[in-house]
Amino acid sequence: MGLENFLIVSAILFSIGFYGALSKRNAITVLMSIELMFNAVNLTAVALSRYVVPESLATAGQNAGQDAAQFLLTGHIFAIFIITVAAAEIALGLAIVIAIYRSRESVFVTDATQMRN
Amino acid sequence: MIGQGTEASLLVDIVFWVLAVSAIVSAFAVVQIRDLFRAALFLIMTLLSIAGMFILLRAEFLAAVQVLIYVGAISVLIIFAILMTGDVEEGSPSHSMRIPVAILSTLFGALAIFVSVSTDWNLLEPAIAAGQVSADAVEGVYSNTIPVIAKLLIRDFVLVFEIASVLLLAAVIGALALIREG
Repeated sequence: MGLENFLIVSAILFSIGFYGALSKRNAITVLMSIELMFNAVNLTAVALSRYVVPESLATAGQNAGQDAAQFLLTGHIFAIFIITVAAAEIALGLAIVIAIYRSRESVFVTDATQMRN
Repeated sequence: MIGQGTEASLLVDIVFWVLAVSAIVSAFAVVQIRDLFRAALFLIMTLLSIAGMFILLRAEFLAAVQVLIYVGAISVLIIFAILMTGDVEEGSPSHSMRIPVAILSTLFGALAIFVSVSTDWNLLEPAIAAGQVSADAVEGVYSNTIPVIAKLLIRDFVLVFEIASVLLLAAVIGALALIREG
């Protein structure tokens, strides 16, 4: 179990989410696939922050203090913000899906053609 | 530390592979299964496997956040929307671009795997072994991550933190405005 294993798993998860987001007609499946992609990115950020030496620590060397070592957790901060944005995105996305369902009686993205032409 | 000694590291490897297989198989099920409700349940399975991987990566706080926000809130929201919009048995058919998209995503995944395997990462463990990085500093951060995350959030990433709160407020107002009748 090393960095590569985590990166390969998250690459596979991301491509599955990519496939689902672009090929499915149901808007809710598209949103679920986007969640998969977000999670793959989170996994990459956390794995990189666990296994790779941050710049501040590389320059500080052996006598690194707390200030240099804290940037080991930058990937965790990225993941927290990605989760925040994902929560906002899913709330708005589902609100749009329900609004479209009210006016069109359908959740298929191919039926939402109000803005065509 | 987790992963020291052969037996412990074998156990960690087994846990990792179980989590990896369950995450990938459930992710496939999310995009392939016809029944939307079951697809949402498989999405929860993937999210839980990723929470387990966060624990393997010593990100216990993120694992808890993942379970609370994704498994607790987002999946409930998705299931709620699935039940509200009906059409559960109609499922999620693919449209005509299915094959090109499948080829494109496979190519993208292969490229990402190739890059992640062939890049020469500046890894932590060899750097500690070579004496370039102090092991005490690393262990000091990972032994108690939550104060460090809090300090980073409030001090170094405070602008992003404030913008995130504005974003959440905008999302709440936008969702309310979209859902409101008439």
